Amino acid sequence: MQGLCVRGLNKSFGGLTVALDIDFDLPPGARKALIGPNGAGKSTFANLVTGILAPSSGTITFDGQDIGHLREAARVRRGIAKTFQITTLFRSMTVRENLRLPILQRDGRATGLWRRSDSDRGVEEEVTALLEQFRLAPLGDLPVSQLAYGQQRLVEMALTLALRPRVLILDEPAAGVPSSESPLIIEAIERLPQDLAVLIIEHDMDLVFRIARQIVVLVAGRILTEGSPAEISRDPKVRELYLGGAHV
Amino acid sequence: MTESLTLPLPERLARVPFLAEALLLAIAAAMFFLLPYSLGFLTRVLILMVLVLSIDLLLGFAGIATLGQAAMYGAGAYAAGLFAIHVWADPLAGLVVGAAAGAALALLSGLVLMRAQGLTLIMLTIAVAQICMEIANKARGVTGGSDGLRGIRMDPVLGLFEFDFIGQTGYWYALAVLAAVFLLLRLVTRSAFGLSLRGIHDSPARMTAIGTPVYGRRVAAYALAGAIAGIAGALTAQVTQLVSPEVFAFTLSAEALIMLVLGGTGRLIGGIIGVAIFMTVHHTAAAHDPFNWLFVIGAMVLGVVFFVPGGLVSLPARLRGLMGRAL
Repeated sequence: MQGLCVRGLNKSFGGLTVALDIDFDLPPGARKALIGPNGAGKSTFANLVTGILAPSSGTITFDGQDIGHLREAARVRRGIAKTFQITTLFRSMTVRENLRLPILQRDGRATGLWRRSDSDRGVEEEVTALLEQFRLAPLGDLPVSQLAYGQQRLVEMALTLALRPRVLILDEPAAGVPSSESPLIIEAIERLPQDLAVLIIEHDMDLVFRIARQIVVLVAGRILTEGSPAEISRDPKVRELYLGGAHV
Repeated sequence: MTESLTLPLPERLARVPFLAEALLLAIAAAMFFLLPYSLGFLTRVLILMVLVLSIDLLLGFAGIATLGQAAMYGAGAYAAGLFAIHVWADPLAGLVVGAAAGAALALLSGLVLMRAQGLTLIMLTIAVAQICMEIANKARGVTGGSDGLRGIRMDPVLGLFEFDFIGQTGYWYALAVLAAVFLLLRLVTRSAFGLSLRGIHDSPARMTAIGTPVYGRRVAAYALAGAIAGIAGALTAQVTQLVSPEVFAFTLSAEALIMLVLGGTGRLIGGIIGVAIFMTVHHTAAAHDPFNWLFVIGAMVLGVVFFVPGGLVSLPARLRGLMGRAL
């Protein structure tokens, strides 16, 4: 089985169940969105998949190999990467340095002691290509802390993509971004590599319906339903539980 | 090149490689001739600079706060002293032994310490140094206890330069070692490893999320800094030819940290400037008032923390910024 495959995943903190019997697949090239009301367990699910939390029971496999026992950093090296809901960048560094570091780490060269970190032409070309892909090229040498928030979200995505992941989990990629800048984010997501498996956790329904080809609805730690955007928007249970209150 | 010619003079100067370093080296050489009767004191200043550089690697680059760097400094001092007495009195071999002892202690303690963060970590680093001091006090047969380790007689440096009792050889020797350590750290902090330490400083969570084994990287940084503190300790043992349990003193760790903060963290040169200023104030203020000189240091630290958080090394850039705003 190619891609990410979750079976019978459970997680509880004491008496509080935050993930209940979740089955979930994310094949290469997928564009899935995970939606649900606040407290439904979306972030918990992402943390279980990336290894920040350990599940109470259930299996997580990637390309048929069990990764449930691996720590977070080891899963990242296997190709499962996640952006943070709250922008988490290397704030004392320039934009270029923010992208250089994950490339060096990915190639296993972040322990080199003698050569200057910016001396490898291949790495620098890759940094430049990423800057261009995310339309950040003129900002490369600025401290990342001087960028507008929307641009910082783009750096966050570029930094994660620099790892050349095979599964990319975007945790509320447009959170906190002013609506004038959100087209930048949507465009960046649309331009992601086609064979990359993408899971988006998002509140912004415009973004979800523009990007996702499959939507999974999570309620109280349990998958309520899964389907195409058209099916989900017609589903009476979803309308009542999720879309009902806020959006109609 | 044409672009750099249009810059204002201070920024053009800032682009000349090794200008600040050459200036400091010239000052160090001048001090030798200006204060020929204070070479012992000046050598101590140089050795403290090596120690403070090791703390800068930890605090300034990797964001690891420590109040126990004296543990590795002392380990290096005792190891180099014992090696000179019992095995071989060659100074450079002694430095290697001191570095190895500092690295070994840092690696061993670091395996436990680097799992801790913040205040817990600081308390543990103090504890390690205190334990070392107790061991040095109790193991009289090896260390000489509170009398100290005596009878260290060093061979000439490189077989050429005999250690003299005025301390001329000791001064140049310490200066050469300081320069070598500085250049080594300059390479390391600009390398990929150095970049990853800065990454840990900025965000351990993000470093894990790009696949870095953060704990292992922190242990490696702690061991490397331990090796450099060990070199500083070995220098002390060789130049003063005496090692007492005071090498593990908490005040040494704490004062070294204050010197670093005074000068500015994360820049290497800041540590050098911090030691120079701290020791100059110490020397002159303590001569005027041996009981209250710490007030002067206290006031300076407060001033730096409140008004120049980047340390004195960032003062020129800050003044330029203020002037730019005023104009």
